[in-house]
Amino acid sequence: MAILVFLEHRGTELQKGSLGVLSRATQLGGDVAAVVAGEGARALASEAGKFGAAKVWVCEDEQVAQPLPGPRVDVLAQVVAEGGYDTVLFANSVLAADVASGLAARLDAGLNWDLVDVELRGGELVGKRPALQDSVYADVGWSGTPRLALFRAGSFDATAAGGGEPEVAEVSPSYAAHSAGARLVGQDEEKGGGPSIEDAEIVVAGGRGLGGPENFTLAEELANALGGAVGATRAVVDAGWYPYSAQIGQTGKTVSPKLYVALGISGAIQHKVGMQSSSVIVSINKDANAPIFEFSDLGVVGDVHEIVPKLTELIRQRRG
Amino acid sequence: MRIAVCVKHVPEGAPRLDPSTKRLDRDGEGALNHFDANAVEEALRLKGDSGSEVVAVSLGPAKAMDSLRKALAMGADRAVLVSDEAAAGSDLVATSRVLAAALAREEPDLVLFGQQASDSDGAVLWAAVAERLGRPVVSQAMELSVDGGSLRVKRQTEFGYDTIEAPLPAVVAVSDAINEPRYPSLKGIMGAKKKPQDVVSLADLGVDPGDAGESGSRTTVLALAEPPARGGARKIEDDGDAAREIVEFLTEKRLV
Repeated sequence: MAILVFLEHRGTELQKGSLGVLSRATQLGGDVAAVVAGEGARALASEAGKFGAAKVWVCEDEQVAQPLPGPRVDVLAQVVAEGGYDTVLFANSVLAADVASGLAARLDAGLNWDLVDVELRGGELVGKRPALQDSVYADVGWSGTPRLALFRAGSFDATAAGGGEPEVAEVSPSYAAHSAGARLVGQDEEKGGGPSIEDAEIVVAGGRGLGGPENFTLAEELANALGGAVGATRAVVDAGWYPYSAQIGQTGKTVSPKLYVALGISGAIQHKVGMQSSSVIVSINKDANAPIFEFSDLGVVGDVHEIVPKLTELIRQRRG
Repeated sequence: MRIAVCVKHVPEGAPRLDPSTKRLDRDGEGALNHFDANAVEEALRLKGDSGSEVVAVSLGPAKAMDSLRKALAMGADRAVLVSDEAAAGSDLVATSRVLAAALAREEPDLVLFGQQASDSDGAVLWAAVAERLGRPVVSQAMELSVDGGSLRVKRQTEFGYDTIEAPLPAVVAVSDAINEPRYPSLKGIMGAKKKPQDVVSLADLGVDPGDAGESGSRTTVLALAEPPARGGARKIEDDGDAAREIVEFLTEKRLV
């Protein structure tokens, strides 16, 4: 199998999600290549090597300077053809999903999305995909090559494999007219220095049970003490308590951190699908019958306003 | 301007998979995928009082016309349903091929999608369709405006907001934060019956049946299984000491 991993970067950093996919790819055996496209791509090749990429394709063409999918489809199509890759893996993001889907159409290649794992079974690649609100796990396969796979955010840990300097290859495809059609004319970064909720190892999320927007400071302070990010349910985002960018669930973001702390969240299916693949779930809710307790590792029936300040204080003490 | 809106007819209630075909069971009652209602609403808003035309397009069984009629009742001008036994079981590659063929016939200036399908959780189709049509694509649009021959989108990403411009014709997937879909009025529902509702086959579109359905697909479902269980769950009542118990639990799990 000849695997290529699409690495997404922002500024001078490779995204953790795509490094996680690279780590998983190296465990499947064989040499794994990666592709980085955009400003500063070349400088990130060694970093990709540390996570196991034996070869890194870089493209710093002006056409890929902006985080838009079209030109990246051209880059990947070129790399797949030149390098003869039969498998291309992506970590889900707004950008990567559009690149993967565009590439699937360009190459008439099968794309399995929302995968949480992939394995080799008798030499065949098999993907794991939770379906129907994660009530069913499907084993999915591909007919023909290349095989494209898009993984759910946070599916794998990024582990430095101790690889050496990778071979670096430049790629500069010819760009399709429609690929270059869209242009970024403005960018408005979200404020806040903390990790993005999709990249955070710890997420503290708040729901209606917090009682009001002012009480989100409870979630923020706990997240701060734990070194995590703050998430919110759809209900509180709709009510204007917290920004949409923090929304976790079917109509928001999907996260799978190492620890998910749910404060005053009932655990409606809408929310559950966005967080249930978290490694450890701790929930605090006044309602002993809240559905969230059915999928929590530790469920605490109690008042968030009493427990959370104490919890934050205890964690601060431990961390010194 | 002609705006095409792609809509999906999804099973109502809790969807289930047919164990024999491993496909979604589409025999029961269905409804318009609610994320697509945002796309229909946005098309109608862009149309406003102008002479623009809004055409709703779907690929699905004959019953999918119900969802197209909902789009007509909301205010779309006509509906096109691609319905063909040979297209059942199409994956992304096959679906995008068939849908692109249907859209190409309409020559729309703008193609709109909703942000995901509520049955399959699919959220990728637009980019494949855009690629086949040879058009620029923008997804996660939470604001959309059209001015002359180009569009402007405010896109929400993991990092914040991007403002993106693209020339028409183009493909845009709107997020459900973009608007609040209207409910069809009684007049709209009555009027929908008189609006053109075309049903077309793969042959009408010039698509070889071998390029659609399972034979045109490049992915397969091998097996279905129960999700892994979450073992060792504990539930406690706060007696004033819960904070300490949580810290102990987190320490045990090496999370603090």
